[in-house]
Amino acid sequence: MRFAETWAWLSTSPLFALTVTVGTYWAADKVWEKSGRHPLLTPLLVAAAVIGGLLVVLGIDYEVYADGAGVLTFLLGPATVALALPLYHQAARVKEAAAMVLGVVVVGSVFSILAGYWLTVWLGGSEELALSMAPKSSTTPIAMALAESLGGWAPVAVMFVMVAGLAGAVMGPWVLTLARITDPRARGLALGVASHGIGTSRAFQEGETQGAFSGLAMGLTGLTISLVIPLLVP
Amino acid sequence: MLGGLAIILACQLLGEVLVRLTGVPVPGPVVGMVLFFCWLLWRRPREDTSTVRAASTLVHYLPIMFLPSTVGFIAYGPQIASQWLPAVVASLVSWLLTFVLVGWLAMLLRPGRRGRGASGPPGASGGGDSGTGEVAA
Repeated sequence: MRFAETWAWLSTSPLFALTVTVGTYWAADKVWEKSGRHPLLTPLLVAAAVIGGLLVVLGIDYEVYADGAGVLTFLLGPATVALALPLYHQAARVKEAAAMVLGVVVVGSVFSILAGYWLTVWLGGSEELALSMAPKSSTTPIAMALAESLGGWAPVAVMFVMVAGLAGAVMGPWVLTLARITDPRARGLALGVASHGIGTSRAFQEGETQGAFSGLAMGLTGLTISLVIPLLVP
Repeated sequence: MLGGLAIILACQLLGEVLVRLTGVPVPGPVVGMVLFFCWLLWRRPREDTSTVRAASTLVHYLPIMFLPSTVGFIAYGPQIASQWLPAVVASLVSWLLTFVLVGWLAMLLRPGRRGRGASGPPGASGGGDSGTGEVAA
């Protein structure tokens, strides 16, 4: 039996990466539903932990896995474009709330950059760490590009973007309710500004209004952060 | 479905090209989103069309598209192990502060509140119709 060769093929094959990814997510989703949608069991978080552990145990390089599962990551592009649909459905509401949207995006973007950077510095983090933290409210590709151009580390920036996203998915709605932020538009905006795409998918689970405002906020925040970050960071 | 997918991909493609030509610091897909939005305003497709079906399906499956990138978070952890305290605390605290700030500010700036903005009775949350309602969580 040609175990070594077969394993060499298997561990680097996109088929393996995709099967594991889709299968794990499906299973995590089922568990989440069974648990009554408990936030700590958010499928994305659980599936990522399981797959991460699997990669370590099997000795598979992350880059190899990411490459294999690339088709899913590629779909993020068209999915982002597709976010225009809920926005279109909510166009009237968005137009009426234009000042609200623009106001929170600008304030949120600026605050997010400053809070991320300075909190890191005050807690003793290095300059590179702080620079990787600053763009975390934007989406992954923007955060990576900005971190690099500022002198931080792109992969670490991706990590912080994921933390921001997961925090929103796991704790977001609960925190919003606790803080008495009840208007669906406000909830969507918060999730979109602070937790970008992952926050947006969580927002959609609540409702189309939340999702639409979140998607809009996500796009505008990414843009705003790109434009102002060079001005705000030492 | 395919026709809709073709349009969405075309918007993304055009968005990427525009971004590269002009050098604007925005991701191609976000520009593509704007283009697709304009397309929708122009064509006003009905619910049962290929375009709407394709877009809804993509949005529906957003979470799993993030999964491979999220695993990367697990993989890069060891890199900043020595700075884990500032990393963890700063990321969560700055997230929380930004999140709540945006939510509260949004509540303050709502149209229809105390006569601000165009529609709805004062104090209306604006979230009641089309079945989305307030706070479903």
